[in-house]
Amino acid sequence: MRIRCPYCGERDNGEFSYLGDAAPQRPDGLEASAEAMHDYVYLRDNPAGTIRELWYHASGCRSWLVVTRDTRTHAIESVEPARDVARARRSGEAA
Amino acid sequence: MTTLALQRAEPLGSASTAQAFRTAQGGLIERRRTLDFTFDGKRLTGCHGDTLASALLANGVRLVGRSFKYHRPRGILTAGSEEPNALVELRSGARREPNTRATMAELYEGLEAASQNRWPSLAVDALSVNALLAPVFAAGFYYKTFMWPASLWEKLYEPMIRRAAGLGRAADAPDPDIYDRAHAHCDVLVIGGGPAGLSAALAAGRSGARVILVDEDFVTGGRLLAERREIGGESGAAWAARAVAELQSLPEVRILSRTTLFGVYDHGSYGAVERVSDHVAVPAAHAPRQRLWRIVAKRAVLAAGALERPHVFGGNDRPGVMLAGAVRTYLNRYGVLPGRRVAVFTSSDDGWRTVADVLAAGGTVPAVIDTRASVPPQLRRMAEAAGARVVVGGYVAGTKGHLGLTAIQVVDGYDSTETIACDCLAMANGWNPVVHLDSHLSRRPVWNEAIHAFVPGPLPSGMRAVGAAAGLFSLSGCLESGARAGAEAATDCGFAASAEPAPATDPESEGHIPLWRVPRPKGKAFADFQNDVAATDVELAHREGFRAVELLKRYTTLGMATDQGKTSNLAGLSIMAELTGQSIPSVGTTVFRPPFTPVAIGAFAGHHRGKDFRATRYVPSHAWAEENGGVFVETGLWLRPAYFPKAGETDWLETVVREVETVRARVGVCDVTTLGKIDIQGRDALAFIERVCANPFATLPVGKARYAVLLREDGFVLDDGTIARLAETHYVMTASTANAAKVMQHLEFCRQWLWPELDVQLASVSEQWAQYAVAGPRARDTLRRVIDPGFDIGNEAFPFLACADVTVGGGIPARLFRISFSGELAYELAVPAAYGDAAWRALMQAGLPYGITAYGSEALSVMRIEKGHAAGAEINGQTTARDLGLGGMLAKKKDYVGRLMKERPALTDPDRPMLVGFRPVEPGARLRAGAHFLALGAAPSLEADEGVMTSVAYSPSLKSWIGIGLIRRGPERHGERVRAYDPVRDADVEVEICSPVFVDPKEEKLRV
Repeated sequence: MRIRCPYCGERDNGEFSYLGDAAPQRPDGLEASAEAMHDYVYLRDNPAGTIRELWYHASGCRSWLVVTRDTRTHAIESVEPARDVARARRSGEAA
Repeated sequence: MTTLALQRAEPLGSASTAQAFRTAQGGLIERRRTLDFTFDGKRLTGCHGDTLASALLANGVRLVGRSFKYHRPRGILTAGSEEPNALVELRSGARREPNTRATMAELYEGLEAASQNRWPSLAVDALSVNALLAPVFAAGFYYKTFMWPASLWEKLYEPMIRRAAGLGRAADAPDPDIYDRAHAHCDVLVIGGGPAGLSAALAAGRSGARVILVDEDFVTGGRLLAERREIGGESGAAWAARAVAELQSLPEVRILSRTTLFGVYDHGSYGAVERVSDHVAVPAAHAPRQRLWRIVAKRAVLAAGALERPHVFGGNDRPGVMLAGAVRTYLNRYGVLPGRRVAVFTSSDDGWRTVADVLAAGGTVPAVIDTRASVPPQLRRMAEAAGARVVVGGYVAGTKGHLGLTAIQVVDGYDSTETIACDCLAMANGWNPVVHLDSHLSRRPVWNEAIHAFVPGPLPSGMRAVGAAAGLFSLSGCLESGARAGAEAATDCGFAASAEPAPATDPESEGHIPLWRVPRPKGKAFADFQNDVAATDVELAHREGFRAVELLKRYTTLGMATDQGKTSNLAGLSIMAELTGQSIPSVGTTVFRPPFTPVAIGAFAGHHRGKDFRATRYVPSHAWAEENGGVFVETGLWLRPAYFPKAGETDWLETVVREVETVRARVGVCDVTTLGKIDIQGRDALAFIERVCANPFATLPVGKARYAVLLREDGFVLDDGTIARLAETHYVMTASTANAAKVMQHLEFCRQWLWPELDVQLASVSEQWAQYAVAGPRARDTLRRVIDPGFDIGNEAFPFLACADVTVGGGIPARLFRISFSGELAYELAVPAAYGDAAWRALMQAGLPYGITAYGSEALSVMRIEKGHAAGAEINGQTTARDLGLGGMLAKKKDYVGRLMKERPALTDPDRPMLVGFRPVEPGARLRAGAHFLALGAAPSLEADEGVMTSVAYSPSLKSWIGIGLIRRGPERHGERVRAYDPVRDADVEVEICSPVFVDPKEEKLRV
């Protein structure tokens, strides 16, 4: 596979390490429930199709990336810096 | 007896005239450059430009190997990489390479080849009795026979079968050659160097696009080298040579010959293996044997050609029965007559080409048998004019000959049988496009009824299929489709390319109606030659219900040999289709996976073998350690000094004891550079640290360091280290050697993904700082002589856990931390890595008056066990902070990673094993890490298991072996005795549970 890192350009997937589904969001704060944390840590969807997932450019810029990929074809639709995605999500929550 | 048999075995080749089957002229070999080689010890001669297969045929050697299961005599079926039969051991000694296809082995002076899977000799194979036992070895035999009594399976049946069935022998010695890896990027990758591939490469290359042409042959041209064809008035071979010359003149075009493209991977990645030195006896100095290419291409043109299909009839495996296309290759390219009397068995017009080629080369054609009801009259006339018996609407039912073909049994359209003498039979049953590569990305080929073959289905993104690989078998179709696809591919990449009109070719006819198997074969009719799968095995699989294509494959082993069924899969599928009354496409194909042909593991490994298996990281004091007799140990990528033996010390323990005693009594220095070091800066640095560490840091002032424990989000301990606050918004964190990269990744995850709003930056500074632990009562005295005057490191000015920026050696910036892993008065001094060697030598010099010792990772480990500090054996991903006795320091009033999940009932179960110390009841008894704890008198069982000893050491301070480990409710059980049971090393020691802190439990030494 080839992943187009927003900072480094198109690179071989050997430079990256994989985490998984980017959908779960950590329930932050002292008021978070154990149930919500359990779901965040363990529950994942495994779709046959498009998924947004987290990759880490370990042998490159050390950026965490959100890669939108089709699990059936490995076609990559987009690669975004995870930080930007997370910020946008935060500001969306705040609004 | 053997001699007699050997003589009989070589009715053709025993002719003492060298190369008796070489034609008078023609071919692409260099007749004057002869090459001597041996086959099974017999000296033979070939020509430059031969393959081993063509040279063997030139010498009349038709019997080349014995089959896998039945030990049937086998010869050469093909002239390419799909060869199932002619597998040999090439070379000798450490370079011996089994299962080499003779059709792919380029002849060189002194080549040594040996047949395989035969005993005592190729001609007399004692195990050919397996053929008589064929009913026993039918499909699925290993599921059904030899099953009773079960106890004999391992001892008798399996070894017996393994000896009887098999291929060649691997070399016994390490491979003496080197293997290389290369990476390449291009605009257009062209796979295959036949007419279609050359046309594509020319069209793309002329536009200036970066083109790589990969071709598995050592002469580029594909079937143009094998057929007598004309392109634009010149011979196909001449046209190919001109095309190659033009491509070589284009600066952006690279031709990789002797290179097999073996895999297609996602997003335009391709794997190829180049046989750099396989065509010479020994690689030139520093030249690799093979080179593995990883190619990334924007576009690809698949021009991999097609593979001819054998007929399935009785005795179709007899040496002398060959594919018609291969017969033409040997005739036209190598100037070799595969036989004097070549009969042709065809279901297609192109099979008839063989007739003309044999005649032109001086051979005779006794018969042409065409399975079709009618054939073009001009073909028939041409054969009959040469005296051939022409049978239309008939078939070959069987073959005769002991170790090679002597006659065929022909059934004509009226079902009457006649026997026709011949020493070679050329079969032409149509061609299968090479759909392997385009199918690698989980794609399936589709059936094309017009050409009776699977053709590429939906192609991988960026790939175009052309020529025979796309089912376009005509030469004009190859030239035209190749040029068009090459131009389109270059255009896609932004180049102005256009396909010039394809040159004219000589006329050709493509009529073809395949015959999947003959109606009534005489004798075993093989579908898969290499795995000895006959048509009757497919019938058996059908009868027993293994009808789905993937089941058929596993049950019969059809297509599972090293050739992956290149000549056999469709034969098996078509028989199953017939038996089940289905169409071939509804039976379907099995999945195609890389590699296309076998690739040596050495090629994948490249230079990564032995000590170069992975990179080695050296500590800054490495040079000094080497000069001073250090003994090293691998920890991850690091090569760390383990201990430093002095003259007269006889074993490692003596050395380690001396190092520990010196540190505890005087002073020692240890290189701890391998620790991960992470720089944390920013307005929110503290907030970030608070969220990633489980213990509190809000109260940590500038100039102080603190032990830090990090949890994973699931509640288990990730790692531990120290965090030092160098300035208001500047911290530096250490991580353990083994977990440094993992911790960095985790922290970046937290920073970028969990809390992007925090104003904090991270940098790995592990490589930038050399770090040394200086420990022992005279540590301060030693350091005073290294740190620049003016900085007070006295106990009051610089107490335990203090940290500061200092300078050494007259202004070199450094960092000093008063932290201790050994339990002694200790400091860690960090200097820029470039000064690492100098600083180490300065410390050794400074400590000389105090009797300083260098100590390695062994002494370090002994002292941490004496202090009960958890390390890798305890922080193993299965332990919580509470298990390790760190529960009390965890923060209560902040949120941090792992906070909630560590409270799960199973992780707070009071019965969990927890960290304590152990000492042997009997003084001097040796403890072993890995021993399991049992109650005294309890029988060993999983249920009785109470925990495990994680680390042990001989403690010089206690003059006894000590250990730390995890045992149920450990901290409540101090003073209790249990067994440390280690059946693996036959150890069973009674131990007493105690505090894990064996030395200085009140921590007085490190605060003085």
